[in-house]
Amino acid sequence: MKELLKKLSETYGPSGREEQISRVIREEIKDYVDETYTDNMGNLYAVKKGSGAKIMVAAHMDEIGMIVTHIDDKGFLRFSNVGGLSPHVLLGQRVIFANGSQGTVGMEKLEEINKLKLEKLYIDIGATTKDDARKHIKVGDIATYHREATIVGNRVIGKAMDNRAGCAVLVKAIQELAQTENEVYAVFTSQEEVGLRGSRISTYRINPDLGLAVDITMVGDTPEAPTMDVSLGKGPTVKIKDASVICHPRLKEKLSEIAEKNEIPYQYEVLTAGGTDAGAIHLTKEGIPAGVISIPCRYVHTPGEMVDLDDLAHAVKLLKAFLSAPLEMREIFPCHLE
Amino acid sequence: MLLKRLSEASGASGDEGEVRSLLKEELSLHVEEVTTDALGNLYLKKGFGRKPRVMVAAHMDEVGLMVVGYEKSGLLRVVKVGSIDDRVLASKVVSIGKDRIAGVIGAKAVHLQKPDERTKAIDINNLYIDLGVRSQEEAEKLVKIGDYATFTAKVREAGDNCLIGKAFDNRAGCAVLAELLKEDFDLELNAVFTVQEEVGLRGAGVAAYSIHPDVALVIETTAAADVVGSKEAAYVTKLGDGPALTLMDSTYMAPQQILDLVAETAEKLAIPYQFRRLTTAGTDAGIISQTHAGILSAVISIPCRYIHSPASIINLDDWQNTLRLARGILNAIAEGGLRLEGTA
Repeated sequence: MKELLKKLSETYGPSGREEQISRVIREEIKDYVDETYTDNMGNLYAVKKGSGAKIMVAAHMDEIGMIVTHIDDKGFLRFSNVGGLSPHVLLGQRVIFANGSQGTVGMEKLEEINKLKLEKLYIDIGATTKDDARKHIKVGDIATYHREATIVGNRVIGKAMDNRAGCAVLVKAIQELAQTENEVYAVFTSQEEVGLRGSRISTYRINPDLGLAVDITMVGDTPEAPTMDVSLGKGPTVKIKDASVICHPRLKEKLSEIAEKNEIPYQYEVLTAGGTDAGAIHLTKEGIPAGVISIPCRYVHTPGEMVDLDDLAHAVKLLKAFLSAPLEMREIFPCHLE
Repeated sequence: MLLKRLSEASGASGDEGEVRSLLKEELSLHVEEVTTDALGNLYLKKGFGRKPRVMVAAHMDEVGLMVVGYEKSGLLRVVKVGSIDDRVLASKVVSIGKDRIAGVIGAKAVHLQKPDERTKAIDINNLYIDLGVRSQEEAEKLVKIGDYATFTAKVREAGDNCLIGKAFDNRAGCAVLAELLKEDFDLELNAVFTVQEEVGLRGAGVAAYSIHPDVALVIETTAAADVVGSKEAAYVTKLGDGPALTLMDSTYMAPQQILDLVAETAEKLAIPYQFRRLTTAGTDAGIISQTHAGILSAVISIPCRYIHSPASIINLDDWQNTLRLARGILNAIAEGGLRLEGTA
């Protein structure tokens, strides 16, 4: 798991430019599924065929980034955010582009640091002129944080744990999942960070009986953290709600039952802001029962996101247990339409 | 000039009838099928059955006001339809309802304003439309609640091949699409003049659902901010530098193969082009690209200064180059220039 997570974390893949991370994930799972394919928006689908209920499990593979909007005469790159990006966190960061070009984030002269905005920042790739910069970078290219993943005890620090931690869990679960009656669609979704877009169109394509997202969530266990009853290392969470979805209560109960039966530690998650792919899934077509398993994560959207390896292992166990039992839609969802 | 007639026509979001009729009359003879739908989108189809199926969309609605109440004095209370800067509203002439009644957006004269009022923009709650009547009863005879008001402005030529006028967003785009419909392309061309873009990309969503194209091209008008007080990196676009290609906005991200196709087409045809340096706001491509199981979409825009005002400026070279680029993109698509559904 450690090596897989490190590899996924370090791979390039901001929203809209998921080709590289998609290739890496496909390599990991292609021998364990019946088919894989992609679509116009860059979603990666991996299907394990079955005769029972159609279950979609979505883990978004995109990460936040910086899109180049302008290259000035001296070769400095101006950029805008792709997803939620703090200008304060960006100061002094190394960044990397799809072609491997690297740069550092610089700042204009500023009287007061609390007035720092993205417009005051630029990326310096060491170019001396506009033409020099253009040899490596075009307007529209997207950079991500450039950072190695580090293993510290039982925890891992790195960029893009949001949501490569979720991707790692889904990859492992698919690799270890025995043949089941359920038809399982693992979807590594694109463009979650800019508006749950990949999951919206992939859910439409699949039209599953049920949708489950695997994502990361915030925690409340660090010094002076906002109040939130989720801690790192106490197990994956079963989401109750966030700003995008109120998870189906029967699915929440089902996941809790499975966790208890298999002695998997878990926590309930109420996230007051933010959303996840389940937000798009549950509103697709006639409405689809949806829920979320989350991996607790500290320092979200920084290059120092931290997750706990036990939480990931327990999430894999929970997901596998859920996917292996034949899903009786009528039993769990009495109102389910045929 | 069709662009002039389109610009001068009245058609706020939800009330696009006049623009729709004008386009229908102008273009019916050039296409195989003309239809509309429940929301009022205008569909013109050409090359029925050819592959690929391409949707080209230009929204025909403009920003405006809606009458929501009367004052005893006969003045009208209004709300905005679409986003308009409060600072451009005062003292503008508008035309209201289907009879195109004349009115003025009024505000307290400068002599009567308190010192602190003079330093602030007058917001919509302190603005009203004045019909030149003396009572509510007289106003009610002329204008109904729910009537739309739009800016009125005759198109004027200016400076270096420029036009001044209203509603270039997006009648300039409509005029490009109208020209394309007079030509022939080796693909199934589904032109849609969409409604209600300015209030939330509403027409384009149902149009894309109904057409279900393989690929979509959106022709838009975008802000040019190459003016006093803006630094070069914040220009959004520059008037006269050619059509602008959208990288991303709040609703959409351009796929790499779209960026490559548009840039290569422009370079091959020696058409000047630029990138839109703003990553917020949205266009019809936002909703189209998320319709059905995802539709590959591109957006090109005509730069426009003082957008959403009655005195916008566009450059006709930009307009011509947008037409050339759109034509080039359609030809490149017809020649198989896009991977339409990829496999890993």
